[in-house]
Amino acid sequence: MSTAATAHDDHHHHAPTGLKRWLFSTNHKDIGTLYLWFSFAMFMLGGLLAMVIRTELLEPGMQFVDPEFFNQLTTVHGLAMVFGAVMPGFVGLANWMIPLMIGAPDMALPRMNNWSFWILPFAFLILMSSMFMSAFGAGHPSAPNFGWTFYAPLSTEYGPASTDLFILSVHMMGISSIMGAINVIVTVFNLRAPGMTLMKMPLFVWTWLITAFLLIAVMPVLAGAVTMMLTDRHFGTSFFSAAGGGDPVLFQHVFWFFGHPEVYIMILPAFGIVSAIIPTFARKQLFGYASMVYATASIALLSFVVWAHHMFTVGMPLAGTLFFMYMTMLISVPTGVKVFNWVATMWRGSLTFELPMKWAIAFVILFTCGGLSGLMLAITPVDFQYHDTYFVVAHFHYVLVSGAVFTMFAAAYYWLPKWSGVMPNKLLGELHFWSSLISVNLLFFPMHFVGLAGMPRRYADYALQFADYNFWISIGGFWFGLSQLLFLAVCVLCALKKGEKAPAKPWEGAEGLEWEVPSPAPFHTFETPPVVK
Amino acid sequence: MQSTLFHRAAVGLMSLMISGMAVASDWTERSDHNLRPGVTAVSQEVYDLHTTILWIVTIIGLLVFGLILISMIRHRRSRNPNPATFHENVFLEVLWTVIPFVILIAMAVPATRVLIQLDDSSDAELTVKVTGHRWKWEYEYLTYGDDNNIGVSFMSNIATPPEQINNPVLAGGLFPYGTAQDAVGKEFPEKDKNYNLEVDNPLVLPSGQKVRFLVTSADVIHSFWVPDFGGKKDAIPGFVNETWAKVPEGQEGTYYGQCAELCGKNHAFMPIEAEVVSQAEFQDWLAKKKEEAAAAPDLTPFADLGEAMELGQQTYAGNCAVCHGNNGEGGVGLPFAGSDFATQEEHLEEHIHVLIEGRGAMPAFAAQLSPRQIASVITYERNAWGNETGDLIQPEDVYEQE
Repeated sequence: MSTAATAHDDHHHHAPTGLKRWLFSTNHKDIGTLYLWFSFAMFMLGGLLAMVIRTELLEPGMQFVDPEFFNQLTTVHGLAMVFGAVMPGFVGLANWMIPLMIGAPDMALPRMNNWSFWILPFAFLILMSSMFMSAFGAGHPSAPNFGWTFYAPLSTEYGPASTDLFILSVHMMGISSIMGAINVIVTVFNLRAPGMTLMKMPLFVWTWLITAFLLIAVMPVLAGAVTMMLTDRHFGTSFFSAAGGGDPVLFQHVFWFFGHPEVYIMILPAFGIVSAIIPTFARKQLFGYASMVYATASIALLSFVVWAHHMFTVGMPLAGTLFFMYMTMLISVPTGVKVFNWVATMWRGSLTFELPMKWAIAFVILFTCGGLSGLMLAITPVDFQYHDTYFVVAHFHYVLVSGAVFTMFAAAYYWLPKWSGVMPNKLLGELHFWSSLISVNLLFFPMHFVGLAGMPRRYADYALQFADYNFWISIGGFWFGLSQLLFLAVCVLCALKKGEKAPAKPWEGAEGLEWEVPSPAPFHTFETPPVVK
Repeated sequence: MQSTLFHRAAVGLMSLMISGMAVASDWTERSDHNLRPGVTAVSQEVYDLHTTILWIVTIIGLLVFGLILISMIRHRRSRNPNPATFHENVFLEVLWTVIPFVILIAMAVPATRVLIQLDDSSDAELTVKVTGHRWKWEYEYLTYGDDNNIGVSFMSNIATPPEQINNPVLAGGLFPYGTAQDAVGKEFPEKDKNYNLEVDNPLVLPSGQKVRFLVTSADVIHSFWVPDFGGKKDAIPGFVNETWAKVPEGQEGTYYGQCAELCGKNHAFMPIEAEVVSQAEFQDWLAKKKEEAAAAPDLTPFADLGEAMELGQQTYAGNCAVCHGNNGEGGVGLPFAGSDFATQEEHLEEHIHVLIEGRGAMPAFAAQLSPRQIASVITYERNAWGNETGDLIQPEDVYEQE
């Protein structure tokens, strides 16, 4: 820990104020804060698009938007949430917490850290500009309208002009993610405090380390896919065009070879967060630390051999279909191990239910729901019925919203005292939790029913038997969306330092190096590495 | 106090889940909640597999949630102030790795069996080629019994009238575009029972015979899905996928389906309607269709512009408005109203040619519209919405180019 005099010095050299502080920052805490606010802004923007979608689907018939605009809404909603909200959210948490957790003074590559953040707002400005042009521009040129999965040839021969903006922005997001991942790996391998062996690292660091390897493995594949799209569109190649000897199904293979590991990129850090929070509030050590690490690694490895379960209906040979079905079912084993370990951690603990714990328990239950519907989707003959229906939409929103997003809320309530120095407002926090918990289920649970009954996804309009549930789904959607304003209020209060002052360790059961520095964490921490016994 | 509130809510949530399970037992009767059992033997097998797996995951879920709930009640700090210290147990960890594995094998066996059954499309009596178009289906009857040269094909368009679909509530404002601006403020007719599911020319199939579908696409990827037949198959340009259905005798009736792969603007508006009839009825229907197909095209010239415009307006509304706008204002396709293309003499030849052959995203219409219809719609596009060129195109002009 630094003395008062050096802290004062640092203030002059490394902590400029105003815009420059943020624009030129190489400080992992400031960059983490930038990532987190950016992620929250994208979450609200993507949520706004989702609420327009739900407005249109409130009842059968086209009332508010054109079906063409509807497709743009679903596309940009998906892209904003996946690449704008969930991924940068976890990178923000990694930036803030990994150096604090392993006793490092900062991320290993601070300038690259700055760059990997500042690419993002511009990438999204490019993507979102097409949406604004579509909604308000002369002639309403279409924004990307082919779904976040951008299947060829809908996105190549048939894509709107703005597809090129989309390609550029995906490239930029990919570069940002790869640099972020390199930074995590280099930091974890080189900057651990003396005595912090790999198998002593907090699970959040472990899950992020594995996530970072996944990112480096698959983001270039995504870049390859969009580059092939670009050359198909403008340079006369036919990678994905059957008319030129190419193969539209190849696109799906390439996309999902990226896309399935991507799914785990969005959930593994969540596992790490929950594995930090549950032991704290159970006042009991995490059950099966080693098996958690091995389960995470197995999930990551298996994620490379299951991609084609997203495309069972493209007409693969029987042997291929069987292989991908068995491999997909296998993923439930390590995932089950994790859930059982969390339950065993709670078992005979001494539980209290502060806000982070509430979100974490909600995560375990709702993520398990999403996992179980995932197991149903793995069964290929039944998937022929479930595929591309609202059942799938229900499944991935359970794992992404009440999974990944809920753990980010848990993480925010858990670490906000450390970040801001004040405790998050309890009343607003409780309201936010209960309101979100009830509305998220009203929003996503009935989607299972309409999906099973046969409502395809990405439908701007639907047959009459789906009307009742869609009405309630929409109500749940508006309710969940508006509930997030409560979280905005919580964050703004913390940012303004309004609230009860937080001690260095606000949660009595918490363990880890991050609680050894004062709250709020000073601008520079662990300039002299701590010694881990 | 905070804990009490949480306790109560948790109990409430749990009882809600349990009541949800009570509903689960009669899901089977209600197709708006659950998977449809369908009409074919395979769809019933798929349904049974679904039911079995739903119960397995429900029981696993309840077991896990039950343990969490017990722990939340019994191991809260007020009742258990001193936490235990155990943090591993090899026996338990092996147990909860092995048991799920065994359950998985138990699920994989029936799944594999049904999958093999689904995959076998051999020995079909009728073969129908299904082609996805933006945004309609084309059915071509290829072989039936010994008949390898049927030559019957037709397009199947949504039959729900646009007035039922377009009910805009905003006149301009937030989302100021779309093809239905002219419908703002009008009164909308009530929606039919089979809203968004009916078509003009249904797919007609015989009962009691195995039908093989060869599924492909003319443009982007679509997916051919009639839930009652037990699954979907993607329609991919450049690929021919196979799937099959055998509706048992006595189960004649109309079965509906929808496109299940995002294919652009009107993805939600290209339903599938399959009419399953007895074999005798099917043979009669097929004979009649063959006769129609063999007849020479009707090339009767239009008496005057008015006659052509009338047929043209109908044809335009059913085939062109979806992309080019109800009032020729354009959209996915080019605008006609006041455009050079639809008003200049030099583009007339090209206009006819593009309709017959297609160009880029514009599909070819030679196979789905008669020369008379094509002539009428070109006449309409060149005279409606203030274009007033006075061009009258005759069926003969189109037939020559074909």
